[in-house]
Amino acid sequence: MLGKLTLSAIPFDNHIVMGAVAFILLGGVAVLAAITYYGKWGYLWKEWLTSVDHKKIGVMYIAVAMVMLLRGFSDAIMMRAQQAVAEGASQGYLPPHHYDQIFTAHGVIMIFFMAMPFMVGLMNIAVPLQIGARDVAFPFMNSVSFWLFVVGVVLVNLSLGVGEFAKTGWLAYPPLSELKYSPGVGVDYYIWSLQIAGVGTLLTGINFFVTIIKMRAPGMGLMKMPVFTWASLCTNMLIIAVFPVLTVTLALLTLDRYMGMHFFTNALGGDMMMYVNLIWIWGHPEVYILILPAFGVFSEVIATFSKKPLFGYTSMVYATMAIAVLSFVVWLHHFFTMGSGGDVNAFFGIMTMIIAIPTGVKIFNWLFTMFRGRVEMTTPVLWTLGFMVTFTIGGMTGVLLAVPGADFVLHNSLFLIAHFHNVIIGGVVFGYLAGFSYWFPKAFGFKLNETWGKRAFWCWLIGFYFAFMPLYYLGFMGMTRRLDHYDNPAFQPYLIVACFGAVIIMFGIIFQLVQLYVSIRDREQNLDLTGDPWDARTLEWSVSSPPPFYNFADVPVAGEIDSFWAMKQRGEYPHVPREYKRIHMPKNTGVGVFIGAFSLVFGFAMIWYIWWLAIVSFLGIAGSMIFRSFQTDVDYYVEVEEIEKIESEWLEKVRSAGKKSMAESTLAENGEPQVAH
Amino acid sequence: MATDVLNSHDAHAHEHEHHDATKTKVFGFWIYIMSDCILFATLFATFAVLSHNFAGGPTGKDIFELKGVLVETFCLLFSSITYGFAMLGMKAGKKQAVQFWLAVTFVLGACFVGLELKEFHHLVVEGHGWWQSAFLSSFFTLVSTHGLHVSCGLIWMAIMMIQIQRSGLNETNNMRLMCLSLFWHFLDIVWICVFTFVYLLGVLHG
Repeated sequence: MLGKLTLSAIPFDNHIVMGAVAFILLGGVAVLAAITYYGKWGYLWKEWLTSVDHKKIGVMYIAVAMVMLLRGFSDAIMMRAQQAVAEGASQGYLPPHHYDQIFTAHGVIMIFFMAMPFMVGLMNIAVPLQIGARDVAFPFMNSVSFWLFVVGVVLVNLSLGVGEFAKTGWLAYPPLSELKYSPGVGVDYYIWSLQIAGVGTLLTGINFFVTIIKMRAPGMGLMKMPVFTWASLCTNMLIIAVFPVLTVTLALLTLDRYMGMHFFTNALGGDMMMYVNLIWIWGHPEVYILILPAFGVFSEVIATFSKKPLFGYTSMVYATMAIAVLSFVVWLHHFFTMGSGGDVNAFFGIMTMIIAIPTGVKIFNWLFTMFRGRVEMTTPVLWTLGFMVTFTIGGMTGVLLAVPGADFVLHNSLFLIAHFHNVIIGGVVFGYLAGFSYWFPKAFGFKLNETWGKRAFWCWLIGFYFAFMPLYYLGFMGMTRRLDHYDNPAFQPYLIVACFGAVIIMFGIIFQLVQLYVSIRDREQNLDLTGDPWDARTLEWSVSSPPPFYNFADVPVAGEIDSFWAMKQRGEYPHVPREYKRIHMPKNTGVGVFIGAFSLVFGFAMIWYIWWLAIVSFLGIAGSMIFRSFQTDVDYYVEVEEIEKIESEWLEKVRSAGKKSMAESTLAENGEPQVAH
Repeated sequence: MATDVLNSHDAHAHEHEHHDATKTKVFGFWIYIMSDCILFATLFATFAVLSHNFAGGPTGKDIFELKGVLVETFCLLFSSITYGFAMLGMKAGKKQAVQFWLAVTFVLGACFVGLELKEFHHLVVEGHGWWQSAFLSSFFTLVSTHGLHVSCGLIWMAIMMIQIQRSGLNETNNMRLMCLSLFWHFLDIVWICVFTFVYLLGVLHG
């Protein structure tokens, strides 16, 4: 009846896990109780959970990503603490089977459930606004994507208290991940959480690709799109091209485990190196899926706060495209040691080094954008500067690893760990946090506290160097990755420094939370009344903060690269159309939530071999989709009176915020907006 | 999924809007098909890698019966033609013609799936199941992934016929018919590759 699921699946004897579970449960109960106490269930359901508004979906993505950052970081600091003490006679406080789950969970969570949703969240908030669209191409599908992602998150966290997580490392290489060597449910949790969330990501990729290609404001040719939108376009192309490969790879591993097939087994003709090839054919472009939007954020931030157009817009676009294309022909550098021969290794080594060229172009473009600009040292700019230094170092160690000869020595050592944290923290995390503080006022209508933002930045930056520079050195000393214990006393001082660095990063995260608290508390002092708090350049800043749910009362015409800047120069801000027209909008729907709920049950049932439940929940998914296809009452028109009311309230705020002269001159030219019924 | 948000720039927008929405959706479906194409490409690559890992089990030559596969192939190819007739009916606005040709397509597609299941059943009974060798694992996975797609297409087609019966050849249904058409022809092309690379080359070199 319940498949493999029994009470013994709950690890009562592991006090650390049970503590974490208790913490999550108490936190969850507290949140649910608070929602009930304040009577917010209806509001939450109507305004958020069932929303198809890209801005709200974006906010929900980032909220979940931040929670998962805490979970992933807890794993990180536990590993650092273990390695700081587990030398020689001391075994540390984590037994191997627990430690192995922790490093697997850390990698999976940070990439799939922190970085990916953070990126998708930023894209959701910014891209439709940047291109002058009223929503994404498929708003309902956007909601489905979000809920499928949430299913992945829930499954990973469920594995903490019910059963176990994979002990295989974040890519679950076979044969270790095969049933023979990993008979527990850990790998199954891994497979189904990634598979379900991955489908959501693929849908997001299609959605945003179509949105950017088909729904740009009139006048916005491809070479006039904001750079963040360009980066998102490339990222979505990569998602569409490689997530099907991940789907297949995980499916084949599933077939091996569930049906006794022989894709990656040791016996009967299976080929485990095929898994490694396939997973990295997805995995390397995945790295660029994460970093390209970060590059896009930096481009927006640095142009805005230097008060200059981005230096070398065209070269920036071409560099982004070049990186996207090259990302397909470098996957083998993750396993030069496979033994594919000198020629093959040389090809992939050289292709890898070539990627440094377009990346270098970008770095110089950002530098030249700042050159002779009036750079304002705001939090997003600090993140950008920190990125430029840190990422360059990480990039150079990457070029070093691209030399096959050097890679044979450094493969699987802590040097590699240091390298990819150097580019992922220094690039991806800094980029997303820059985007967070940059677009926060757009999403919520008030700015974040600068003091706490800067404190968070410095802790992250300094903490990063303390945590990871020692790892480069340890890599040269021959320390391999994923060790829960070591016998070389020479390693220990460096690992203690690394642990100290992790503690500083912890303060960075805490300060980030303090920043949120302080900013919400003091929001009245930091209100963004105009919608353009940074005197920025792109269209998302031409509407109120937060934007009305329909984004643009009148779809803007975007004839220049920095269309909004040009509008301001021409005195066309705030824009008051001659007449408002009613707007066609999608209705909210709970079907996305139901598809997510059924998918969660389906994933859980598959993990625990509860076949009847898997069938029932699968029928539930299919039924929800068919139900949706029969719904006809899915959209409505926003009437002119409502638009007029919302817009005039905003214009009133803009006037009160001291943009009086500009607003008046616009009104004098156009006359009061007329209402057409 | 009829929830597009539309940018209307002109006052007589309604019809124009729906035209745009249809184009956006069909474009989106094209992009989905491209990603599905990569899914199949990955499975073909897997099959290519493992196609000679017989591990002492049978080769393609030993187990493939081309006659049955040829009948399957013609079922699917003819179903593409009959779907084309359904699309012509849609263009002409003839609801009954669309329904008739969809029904014919459905029957042919169902025959295809039935014949495939028969082949699989035969192999399993003979003891040549997916567990026997890497070659058979990749064979079953590639071919049944295609078969699953066809089955999904059949379910979609059945629902499509109900929806056309209920609300006629309206904007939404026509758009969905176009998407299903893309999907159906795409599966045909994939099958041509399966037939060539799996069955014909399998018998030739196996």
